[in-house]
Amino acid sequence: MAPPPDLSAGGGLTFGQAPLPRGGGAKSGGGVEPNSLCNLLAARFPQAVVASHAFRGEATVTVRREHLVEVARFLKEDPALQMNFLMDLTAVDYLTFGKQPPAAGAFPNYGVPVRPPSVIPDSEPWPGPATQARFEVVVHLFSLRHKQRLRVKVPVEEADPEVDSLTPLWASADWFEREIWDMYGIRFRGHPSLKRILMYEEFTGHPLRKDYPVNKRQPLIGPVN
Amino acid sequence: MFGGDNFVTSNLEAAIGWCRKFSIFQYPFVTACCGMEYMATACSHYDVDRFGAGFPRFSPRQADVLFVVGTISHKMAPVLKKIFDQMTEPKWVVAFGVCTCTGGFYDNYATVMGIDTLIPVDVYIPGCPPRPENVLDGLIKLQEKIQAQHSGKSAPPAQIFHGPTT
Repeated sequence: MAPPPDLSAGGGLTFGQAPLPRGGGAKSGGGVEPNSLCNLLAARFPQAVVASHAFRGEATVTVRREHLVEVARFLKEDPALQMNFLMDLTAVDYLTFGKQPPAAGAFPNYGVPVRPPSVIPDSEPWPGPATQARFEVVVHLFSLRHKQRLRVKVPVEEADPEVDSLTPLWASADWFEREIWDMYGIRFRGHPSLKRILMYEEFTGHPLRKDYPVNKRQPLIGPVN
Repeated sequence: MFGGDNFVTSNLEAAIGWCRKFSIFQYPFVTACCGMEYMATACSHYDVDRFGAGFPRFSPRQADVLFVVGTISHKMAPVLKKIFDQMTEPKWVVAFGVCTCTGGFYDNYATVMGIDTLIPVDVYIPGCPPRPENVLDGLIKLQEKIQAQHSGKSAPPAQIFHGPTT
C-alpha cells in the first residue's frame, strides 16, 4: 500500500506549467496518481470506502451510501483534488449479472476476456460489483484543474432504493438524478424536483430495470402493440 | 351540363386532381435521422420541387400531406394525432422510413410500432433511412393516388415500394 501523497504542498501541480502527459500512463496528467487516490480515500474515509481499484489509469472507489455526500464534498473541495466537474451520473442494475449464461451463438465473443494491448498493464481488471446490492449509482468526476478522473460507485439495495442527492454540490446532478429515478426507480433524498424526465407522467414502472418486460407497452393513445 | 355524358364535370375533377397532385403543401413532421434524407430529397440534387412538393408548410392547417419522418415514441403519439387532426381535408399521410411504417428495429417500451396504429397512412416508404429515390418514388405513388381519387376511381391500396438494392 503506497503512502498517500503529500497534500500539504498547496494544491498539487499548477496548471499550464508543463505539457500534460496523455494516455495510459500511471500518472494521468497531474493531480494524484490513481492508485494513490484510491489509497488516499480509503485512509481518509475508512468507514465509507467499501472497495477500490485502479485500472488503466482510472480510479474507482465504492462508497457506502450514507457517506456519499461527505466523500463527494471532500472530493470537490479538497485543494489537491478539486473534482469540480460532475461528468456523468448513472446507475446499473445487477439483477441478472453473472446469473444467466449467454445464449449460445448470440454473441460469439461474449464472455471471452478481451486482451488489451501489451503496452497497457492488465494487472488489475474490474473485479466485479463490490457488494451483493442490486443497484449501483455511478458518479464520474473530473478535476478541470488537475485533469484527474475518478469513478465513485454507491451500492443501493432494492428494498430501500434511496441515495442522498448531489444537487447541493453539483447543480448538473439535477437532470441526471431525475433520469435515474425515471429509468431505475432510485430516489434521491433532497432533490429539488424529483419527477420523470424522459417518460410521461402516466408511465408506471421503470423501464431500464432488468425485470421490466422488454415487450411491455404503455401507450398514451392507440392500441397496445 | 353539356350533353348527357357529364363530359365537363368529369374532366373538371380530373383537372382538380392534376392541380392537387402537383401542388402538394407538405408538413414535415421530422423527429429523427430520416430527416437527413428528407433534407437531401428536398435540396437541389434530388429537387422535390420537380414534383410540385417543394413547399413545406410548418403549420398543419396549411398543409395537404403529412410527412412523418422518423421514430415516433409513445410520448410523441398524442402530438402526432393532434397535428393530423388539425390538418384540413383533403389530406394525406406519408410514413417516411421503416420506424414510422412498423417501428423498425425498435422493440421496446418507448416506440410506437408503426404510425398506422394512430392515423391512416396513404403511402409507406420503408428503408433505414430510405434513399431519396425511394422517397421520390413514394411521392409519385402518392400523386397517382391523389389523381385516382379525383378521377372517380377508387383509390388504390397503399403501396409499399421495395426499392432498388444498394
